[in-house]
Amino acid sequence: MPNIMTTGIAHELPVPAEAPPPRTHGPIGWLRANLFNSLFNTVLTLVALYFLAMTIPPVIRWALIDAVWTAPSGQACRGAMGQEGGACWAFIGEKLRFILFGRFPYAEQWRPLVVVVIFVALILLSCDRRLWGRRLPVLWLLGLAAVGVLMWGGVFGLSTVDTMLWSGLPLTLIFSVVGIVFAFPFGILLALGRRSRLPAVRAISVGYIELVRGVPLITVLFMASVMLPLFLPSGFTIDKLLRAQIAFILFAAAYLAEVIRGGLQAIPTGQIEAADALGLGYWQRTRLIVLPQALAMVIPPLVNTFIGTFKDTSLVIIIGLFDLLGTVNAALADANWQGFYVEAYVVAAAIYWSFCFFMSRYSQILEREFNKSRRR
Amino acid sequence: MASDTAGALRPKRPPPWHDPAVRGVVFQILFVAAVVAAGGFLVHNTLANLERQNIATGFGFLGREAAFGIGESLILYSPADSYARAFLVGLTNTLYVAALGIVLATILGTVMGLARLSSNWLIAKLAQIYVETFRNIPLALQLFFWWGLLRWSAPAPRQAWQPLADVFVSNRGIVFPVPREDPAHPWMLLALVIGIVGAWAIARWARLRQARTGRPFPSGWAGLALVFGLPLAVFLAAGAPLRLDVPALHGFNFTGGTAVSPEFAALLFGLVIYTGSFIAEIVRAGILAVSWGQSEAALALGLTAWQRMRLVVLPQALRVIVPPMTSQYLSLTKNSSLAVIIGFPDLVSVANTTINQTGQAVEGIAMIMAVYLAISLVISALMNLYNRAVALVER
Repeated sequence: MPNIMTTGIAHELPVPAEAPPPRTHGPIGWLRANLFNSLFNTVLTLVALYFLAMTIPPVIRWALIDAVWTAPSGQACRGAMGQEGGACWAFIGEKLRFILFGRFPYAEQWRPLVVVVIFVALILLSCDRRLWGRRLPVLWLLGLAAVGVLMWGGVFGLSTVDTMLWSGLPLTLIFSVVGIVFAFPFGILLALGRRSRLPAVRAISVGYIELVRGVPLITVLFMASVMLPLFLPSGFTIDKLLRAQIAFILFAAAYLAEVIRGGLQAIPTGQIEAADALGLGYWQRTRLIVLPQALAMVIPPLVNTFIGTFKDTSLVIIIGLFDLLGTVNAALADANWQGFYVEAYVVAAAIYWSFCFFMSRYSQILEREFNKSRRR
Repeated sequence: MASDTAGALRPKRPPPWHDPAVRGVVFQILFVAAVVAAGGFLVHNTLANLERQNIATGFGFLGREAAFGIGESLILYSPADSYARAFLVGLTNTLYVAALGIVLATILGTVMGLARLSSNWLIAKLAQIYVETFRNIPLALQLFFWWGLLRWSAPAPRQAWQPLADVFVSNRGIVFPVPREDPAHPWMLLALVIGIVGAWAIARWARLRQARTGRPFPSGWAGLALVFGLPLAVFLAAGAPLRLDVPALHGFNFTGGTAVSPEFAALLFGLVIYTGSFIAEIVRAGILAVSWGQSEAALALGLTAWQRMRLVVLPQALRVIVPPMTSQYLSLTKNSSLAVIIGFPDLVSVANTTINQTGQAVEGIAMIMAVYLAISLVISALMNLYNRAVALVER
């Protein structure tokens, strides 16, 4: 090998690359940079680690190690879990079908199962942006028609099921989806009304939107359940389920109207002036120029409104309907299985959470995509 | 001749059915008429239905004896009191839980929002898990969970959990010690007020002096010393009269200290944790909305981390934060009506009992709606005032 002493040429000397110092590289470097980069952060990390050490092992012991997976009754479950107490997942195994489908006739519960599958499929399909446009509303209409047939029955040899027996997850999904679908056109009209140049139309729209947004959903539900029957001429009765559905539609419409108004306000005046210059009338301009742009802009907040409605449906428990939360509470009332509400609520929370988390993630992704043009 | 040409050039008035102004007026008249007709139809039906069911309309029932008990109340109440008094109890409970909830949720949300931006990976992840978990579970479910935990999972008073010394958690609620009243306490309060005024005066003087001479003054530390030091000095001067009213087990329940019912604790806990997760996202988004160049400029000017936060980042972030924060405060207040599902006697819960007893559904619901509308308007107005204070002053 040539040596610097003999050749005098420095660059011929092959210098092996040295490994980066372990303090800045690899797992230790990562730890130093992210967990222990200052005194304050070191203290925070230690506190957080202590917190985790105090909480995680008991939770794991409760949920997995000391848990009872099969037992014929609550008594047996308690007897099997020992002194410390663990989760009684046998309760969930026993009640899961009731929690999901509630009081729907037992032999017919494949129908609500198919309904849930249809809703999940529709939601997943809606995420595919290639389907956006004319095809998606058609798919939704077909899906909702199938849902109606499956739930009501009475045709194709399906037995008729009274709406009071509809319960569980399908009811939660029906309330939120049908609520948003019907609230959407109403919300658009309200938003247009609020932006209208006609003072009477504007005043009535503003009054409605602010009134509904100013009161809790509970009062709207109370009103629908107690006062709606009073509003109708004598002799008319209105299904209890439909009353709650109307409350959700009226409530969601006001919130959707505000979201859509945000989109309407973001449209440059030039677009409207161009439409006027082309000789389009108000409705043509709104349908062809304004709404397509305004609605596209507000898709992420629309998804968030849908998530809100989905969570809000859990309030129907107040007027005595059995949505997912209602069936959980009903399952807890079983005298044979009393006191396992932590297990029951954890399962219900997991179901709600997976729907909401998926949708909110999707709306975040959409938002990032839509903002690309503005970010550059 | 010339006048004729001018007349021909002037645009002809369109026929009335093509005139936008006329059409606008006609459309509005029709629209209002339709709304009034629909409303009149509903009112007519309602009155007819009420008459058929022999329910008197009007607010006369408010003066009658309520004859139902209310579990917890900030003001004196007994079942012999009137419905109006019961409503007042419900209203004070709602306002109390909402006010406490807003303060605590703001603190929790701000801490969690800042934690999500922390350079500490573990802290940021924990905060993210908190936000994503509690934001995506319905509040009603969370309330049931906390209530169940406190009401059924918690042990009887004899075996009460003791998270801290002298704090007992049992199925009767949470009991904690409070300081006994002492003659020195009003003086400490006075010292606190003087301290706050003094701190404000010093901050103002320091700002003016810095503007005039450029010499800074550590007004923050001086203010803190005044606000905390003065009451502490009074406390020590009075001989440190701290006697705690410590709860103790007597028979089957606790005496002494202050007790919080499981319902109230569950409601407050649920509202704060749920709303805090939304506020955390708002705070984080607000701080991220301030461009990094602003921070770099502050660093280049030689500001310290705290000065950069207080003088550069926060004033700009607040502009983004305040409007969505307002709607969170409003929704927390409205969500406090969920108290009815776990049996905390808030306004809706009391009104619900009243409606069931008297059948005065229309009046009861109208009263709840009016109260919530009023609360919403007041919160909006206050937050709009604050928003105006932090808004960008454009030249």
